Amino acid sequence: MLRALDLKLLRDLWHLRGQVLAIAAVIMGGVATLVMSLSTYDSLVDTRDRFYSEYRFADVFANLKRAPESLAERLRALPGVERLETRVMAGVKLEVEGFSDPITGLLLSVPDAGEPRLNAVHLKRGRMVQPYSSDEAVLSDTFADAHGFQPGDRLAAIIQGKRKVLTVVGVAVSPEYVYQIAPGAIFPDFKRYGVLWMGRNALAAAYDMEGAFNNVALKLSLGVQPQDVIDRLDALLASYGGTGAYAREDQFSNRFLSEELNQLRTTATVFPAIFLGVAAFLLNVVLSRMISLQREQIAILKAFGYPDAAVGWHYVKLVLLIAVLGVAAGTALGTWFGQGLAHVYQETTFRFPYLDYRLNPRIVLFALLVGGAAAISGTLFAVFRATRLSPAQGMLPETPTVYRATVLERIGLQRWLAAPSRMILRHIERRPVKAFFTVLGIAFAGALMMVGNYQKDAIDFMVDVQFRQAAREDLALTFIDPTSGRVLHELAALPGVTHVEGFRDVPAILRFQHHEYRAAVYGIQSDGALHRSLDRRLEPVAVPPGGIVLTDHLAERILHVQPGDMLTVEVLEGERRVLQVPVLGITRQYLGVSAYMQQASLNALLREGPVVSGAYLAIESGMEQAVYERLHERPRVLGMVANASAIRSFYATIGEFVLFYTMVSTLLAGAIGFGVVYNSASIALSERSRELASLRVLGFTQGEIAYILLGELAVLTLAAIPLGMLLGVGLVGILVLSFTNDLYRLPLLLTPQNYALGASVVIVSALLSGWIIWRKLGRLDLVAVLKTRE
Amino acid sequence: MSATIIDPVFVARGLTKTYRMGEVEVQALRGIDLELHRGELVVLLGPSGSGKSTLLNILGGLDTPSGGEVFYLDHKLTGATEAELTRFRRDHVGFVFQFYNLIPSLTARENVAAVTEIAPAPMKPEEALRLVGLGERLDHFPAQLSGGEQQRVAIARAIAKNPAVLLCDEPTGALDSATGVVVLEALEKVNREMGTLTVLITHNVGIADMADRVIRLSDGQIVEIRANPARKQARELSW
Repeated sequence: MLRALDLKLLRDLWHLRGQVLAIAAVIMGGVATLVMSLSTYDSLVDTRDRFYSEYRFADVFANLKRAPESLAERLRALPGVERLETRVMAGVKLEVEGFSDPITGLLLSVPDAGEPRLNAVHLKRGRMVQPYSSDEAVLSDTFADAHGFQPGDRLAAIIQGKRKVLTVVGVAVSPEYVYQIAPGAIFPDFKRYGVLWMGRNALAAAYDMEGAFNNVALKLSLGVQPQDVIDRLDALLASYGGTGAYAREDQFSNRFLSEELNQLRTTATVFPAIFLGVAAFLLNVVLSRMISLQREQIAILKAFGYPDAAVGWHYVKLVLLIAVLGVAAGTALGTWFGQGLAHVYQETTFRFPYLDYRLNPRIVLFALLVGGAAAISGTLFAVFRATRLSPAQGMLPETPTVYRATVLERIGLQRWLAAPSRMILRHIERRPVKAFFTVLGIAFAGALMMVGNYQKDAIDFMVDVQFRQAAREDLALTFIDPTSGRVLHELAALPGVTHVEGFRDVPAILRFQHHEYRAAVYGIQSDGALHRSLDRRLEPVAVPPGGIVLTDHLAERILHVQPGDMLTVEVLEGERRVLQVPVLGITRQYLGVSAYMQQASLNALLREGPVVSGAYLAIESGMEQAVYERLHERPRVLGMVANASAIRSFYATIGEFVLFYTMVSTLLAGAIGFGVVYNSASIALSERSRELASLRVLGFTQGEIAYILLGELAVLTLAAIPLGMLLGVGLVGILVLSFTNDLYRLPLLLTPQNYALGASVVIVSALLSGWIIWRKLGRLDLVAVLKTRE
Repeated sequence: MSATIIDPVFVARGLTKTYRMGEVEVQALRGIDLELHRGELVVLLGPSGSGKSTLLNILGGLDTPSGGEVFYLDHKLTGATEAELTRFRRDHVGFVFQFYNLIPSLTARENVAAVTEIAPAPMKPEEALRLVGLGERLDHFPAQLSGGEQQRVAIARAIAKNPAVLLCDEPTGALDSATGVVVLEALEKVNREMGTLTVLITHNVGIADMADRVIRLSDGQIVEIRANPARKQARELSW
């Protein structure tokens, strides 16, 4: 049997059900983002850690030109090295029947005898290659799924210019390639890039690496600093064409995964904080109103002997019930979102053998604590007032509200304002803090909407900058080795090729004082029409001769150099020269970081003739396939990346992601917008139903009294729109600041459409609430209100 | 001006009103026949639950009867739409309530102006407030006025549109007797000087002496209609 006071609580909740639901929806929004981000974060971290350890993901990696297998012993003897695996790694062109776009592939060796000691693969289908088989391969699952490969199917690889037919025996995922992207590519492209594993002997035979290796992975003993090992490794490998060893944290796939995890953590703090803050404010407004309506009831309870604390607890319970409702709904929604997000990750970005989505009870408990704390902190003051009310005081009617003329009227605008408009202004001005928080709450709805839609705009913008301003070539191709510039004439002569620009790129370590970064230095054409560097205003700018131009992030955040400084460039190729090169300019780039020089200057520094490592091609529309075929036949062409198809496939991949985020953000922004507007309108209606009914009796139409109530709402909503835009810019700013790294920088970009979307979520929530209030105004009981004292 | 009885302002025939209050049906009016005339001051007397407020609300277009007919001049109020009733209240009826029902965010003058702004041929708000003796307190907000003053603002608000009829539901109910007399004087003055048909609900028999006619209701029926041979002045009343 419920106690009488608890029954009152439940009935009060039922009576306020609209507002209770609206507030619970806002809490739900916060908890849903919290639960979604934290649970997905947890699941990804758990899965990653399990995958890495079960499949022996290495700690340090190094690529080199070629070293005899005997060197492995010396490497293994390095202090701190626990285990080591040498491999053969080959960049290849792939041929898939019925698919004519260029495909690049990476062939990796697996030991013929026994399991890989490091970087093992997890078979999803089929089997591993048989020992000493010559033509078997295991495919990465992204590539296999994109083309529908099954064990038993065949494909061809062009290894060192020789075509080799491979039989697919298995489909696998690897801890090294959780995030799979072609070297130098901007986006993952599952159809046009694949990783394949072959037996060591077969691959070495095809790649002229018998008794040798060109890639090594190391597992370090516990507690060993990777940098010490890397330094020793670099020294040993230098004479074998080593291009610099790197630790797991710089391993591309792992690096990208870490950045994504950081993003989830930010989502888990910033957004729930906004929602719960707004919910706390709404609860404060609703509870304050309820307590002032229930003055007499409180007085009577106390007169009958209920202690102050019991009365306070009564209202705290009410608030907690609303919070629990919101947390429960938020946990359910967050779990659903989390499962969705994990699924989208697994489909589009990160490939794990399994992704166990798990909702840790710790997260639910945390959500409950945070939700409850926010709710109680928002209502402390109102509850305190209820406990302090003395019974005698409570029996008396509340002193009438004191109004005064508003600033607008005092400065002489009153004659422009009819009585209803004055009522609106005075009501707002009487409680400026409440009005401000209402505006702020509504504004956050718009801001959240803008953040949700920012993602797509940012991607569009980055694609535009990258492919329509900077890398405008239709096809980028790389040669197996640096080649004489004469090859460019041959390329230009191919039917369908309208323009050719050669480039030279070389891996290098860039140093300035104690800062260093491993990057490719690109020698491009100063007057290039295809591949250009852009200045800070994203205008194409010519690379000056005799020096180097750096991406802003690389110059300012990583190397801390300014134009005019001398940069040390340690070339990791050929004679491995160490050069002093003046920094001549800063360029802007959102994806990756690069160093640019004029090709002629780079050739001169490397003491070589007009040598190119690859070429950018413009191709006549419709002739692409023909050009691909001609180039594919050429043994010296190592790989090709076609921009248009890369962009198309990228959009196909992220479409699901963008859709998911847009759905989530629209839902949440709607919840917050509706929650705030509907609550303030409901409170206003409750506070003012008496005066509005009086006006109705005096002959005001429903439209005229609606003007007074909804007019106030409209003023607040209109004020919220620009503030929401401002907050939207601020929140996007936070995103931009927190996701600035050498892999990508987000542009601070807000399109007019995005502003419009932010405004429309505010307007739609206001209209919806306005419509509900309008219907309630139609049911205003004119007679009853005249009989009662407020 | 004395109560010259010409054509009736209100005519009610066979009015009935049944409320449903939860499970219970309440017969608030059980067949009322009534005529009210221009310039009259009529007091409706009766214990609570006798149906006097229901009758007043139906006359004022706030409520509709379950049966019977009401006419205001040549307009039939029964069967009128909500919009027509709003229009009727707006143009012709002044209301005064027990609890004043002023708009707290508007000053005395503005409370009156709120009504004159939407009325077809109103007097000036200041003029209406002077008529009830509040010419000096125009710019005070309700919170700054006493109960009696607030009620007089409510009367000024009711009469400022020059209504044909002034309906007052227990206008002195929340006031002490001395303040009540001041409010009644204001009503009396309006009735006399402007010839407004004034209907006043009270359960206070003492007030009945200021009326031209006293209509006594009981249990939803008129039990007595009595014409006062001589109206007493409000200041002679006491209770």
